[in-house]
Amino acid sequence: MTTHTGPHPTRRLILQGAASVALIGLGNLPFAPARAAANDKYPEEAFKLKNEADAIKALYGKTAEPSDKIKLDAPEIAENGGVVPISVTTTLDKVTSISFFVAENPNALAASYKIPDGTIPAVANRLKMAKTSSVTAIVEADGKLYSATKEVKVTVGGCGG
Amino acid sequence: MAIRRRDFLKSSAIAAASLVLPRFARGTETASIYDIERFGNARILHLTDTHAQLNPVYFREPSVNIGIGEMTGRPPHLVGHAFLEHFGIRPDSADAYAFTSVEFEKSAGRFGKLGGFAHLKTLIDRLRSDVGDKHAMLVDGGDLWQGTGLANIMQGRDMVEVANLLGIEAMTGHWEFTYGEQVLRENLEHFKGEFLAQNVFLTEEAAFNDAPAFDKATGRVFKPSTIREIGGHRVAIIGQAFPYVPIAHPKRFTPDWTFGIREEELQKHVDALRGADKVDAVILLSHNGIDVDLKLASRVTGIDVILGGHTHDAVPQPIAVKNAGGTTLVTNAGSNGKFLGVLDLALDKGKVSDVKYHLLPVYSELLKPDPAMAELIGKLRAPHVTDWVDKIATPDRLLYRRDNFAGPIDELICTALRSELDAEIALSPGFRWGITALSGQPLTMEDVLAETAITYPETYVQEMTGTEIKDVLEDICDNLFNPDPYYQQGGDMVRAGGLSYTCSPTNAIGSRISELKLTNGKALSASRHYKVAGWASVNGQQGAPVWDVVGKYLRSGRMFRERLGTGVSLKGVDGNPGIAG
Repeated sequence: MTTHTGPHPTRRLILQGAASVALIGLGNLPFAPARAAANDKYPEEAFKLKNEADAIKALYGKTAEPSDKIKLDAPEIAENGGVVPISVTTTLDKVTSISFFVAENPNALAASYKIPDGTIPAVANRLKMAKTSSVTAIVEADGKLYSATKEVKVTVGGCGG
Repeated sequence: MAIRRRDFLKSSAIAAASLVLPRFARGTETASIYDIERFGNARILHLTDTHAQLNPVYFREPSVNIGIGEMTGRPPHLVGHAFLEHFGIRPDSADAYAFTSVEFEKSAGRFGKLGGFAHLKTLIDRLRSDVGDKHAMLVDGGDLWQGTGLANIMQGRDMVEVANLLGIEAMTGHWEFTYGEQVLRENLEHFKGEFLAQNVFLTEEAAFNDAPAFDKATGRVFKPSTIREIGGHRVAIIGQAFPYVPIAHPKRFTPDWTFGIREEELQKHVDALRGADKVDAVILLSHNGIDVDLKLASRVTGIDVILGGHTHDAVPQPIAVKNAGGTTLVTNAGSNGKFLGVLDLALDKGKVSDVKYHLLPVYSELLKPDPAMAELIGKLRAPHVTDWVDKIATPDRLLYRRDNFAGPIDELICTALRSELDAEIALSPGFRWGITALSGQPLTMEDVLAETAITYPETYVQEMTGTEIKDVLEDICDNLFNPDPYYQQGGDMVRAGGLSYTCSPTNAIGSRISELKLTNGKALSASRHYKVAGWASVNGQQGAPVWDVVGKYLRSGRMFRERLGTGVSLKGVDGNPGIAG
């Protein structure tokens, strides 16, 4: 019944963060030729933007349409807002990137993964969430953008029956 | 599957006269309400949320239990006369007393206490022997080990012994987890039945560190289900623990485990039971809460019946829910040992062809206590109870807890917290357990413990801004009134003392709570800091246990000189049948 103590960044979280950066870096390597031209550099600008729509625009330069071919797995209520397990798999073809947006975070873009040709389009990561928010996964496939969204509650906890 | 309408004629006959309201008479004619016509070939007896109440109790059902969105006016969100009309129960009857708050105090004198494990034992043994032991099974939906001072001091071990004598064959859990993994495992070693939970998994870290699990491959910590031969057929019972244990309670109790509804894993498991294991029936023993169960029943296929608990709703008849694979029946069997669910199944090869369900009120005055259970209860209580049985106060009003927003018990706790800890505002959790105490009857420390006995009872005082207070209220209010049941944790609204407000349940989170005012009528300022007292914090706290604070306050004799008020005004729910008229 008291307020939250802020989540502490765990070592694991830091490692995960590093992994996502590394994956983004892969897009530049010669053995994984980038399919999309617009976003093969570290998208510094997109990560700085506060608003989700702005961040999507900065990252991809276009808008997404909802797709039932994306399976976004996220808890309804987070057990720990500091490390919320969120994953995406998709049956879409020719997937080149998968990105995650947390609308209510200080910066909406949480992670962006380049998917090299021939890779199974499945990403599992843990996102830090400041508060209750929608989480949107954007899948770039064959040059088009598709999305799936789910509300994830981050509560102060307590008071169960 | 046809649901047969419950025959209430027998029980209404008890209270046939309207001028002179008769009390129960111990006798064979009244006990006939427990004569259930033989039906089908398998009987599953379902207890849930007894909250360790070993002896019979008074327990007033809610007069406010609002459903919004799709749940508006649907069971269980019906109270008082709307409930009676919906289920065809006579207002003067014993069942009206058991299932609703209508004329509770008047009826309490006539029909007495309900529940009690010695009484339950008598009833359960009778219903088992009526069909023969090979045709019957007893299951418990959890919240068996918590709710009394005795269970708290014995860390649930008393209830394990009681469960063994009662013959509970399978259970799942919720408050059981709040004793922590070590105590839980020790208790389960002594439990003769099986503890089932399909939705409890090791965290990735715990799995990596090789923490113990029932199934290392899936990470399932407990056995998900059991298959029993009942009445010559194979019946699968799947356990569904409370999905939000690490959120509703301090995470320190279950650091290695992760919960959730786990719909997908559940579907896979049901499919495997139906396919490879070729069971004839699938029962989900659930601690989801009924609103979650109703949604789950519409999405997961292959479950015949969900035997539900957690939300403490006494629902006389199952609710049939259609899904892509057929129909699933959803029940909820009340709390505090007041009710016993009796599910009679007509089983055929690979299917349930018909179902009959009774939710029997356990009228302690109509049931002879089982001597062996009475002896065990006496033995368990003896070393501890002498400290708790002295009268510490005599309430001048009915003390109850259950209602969405407030109840006199919690007003009392909040007043005690504010007074003893010198705070402007007090917050007390909206638990749904805790017994009802009658006006003019002595109140003991044991009664106080029955409202407060948890493993994190420490009180606290902290500074909070008006904005922070509003945010807490909004957050918890969404647990009740989020239109999507999967976002609800169960439980009721946090109780506020020294603070009044308006609530609009049908609004969205962030705009349900308004007009916050202190007792002196001053509006709460967004930026000012207020001294707030509370207990049951999910963060570690250092203050005295809440029962000591309340006990001290009651002993001072100040309590019943003060006028209590609920302080919550409702908006936008006029005419909602979840509010008693």
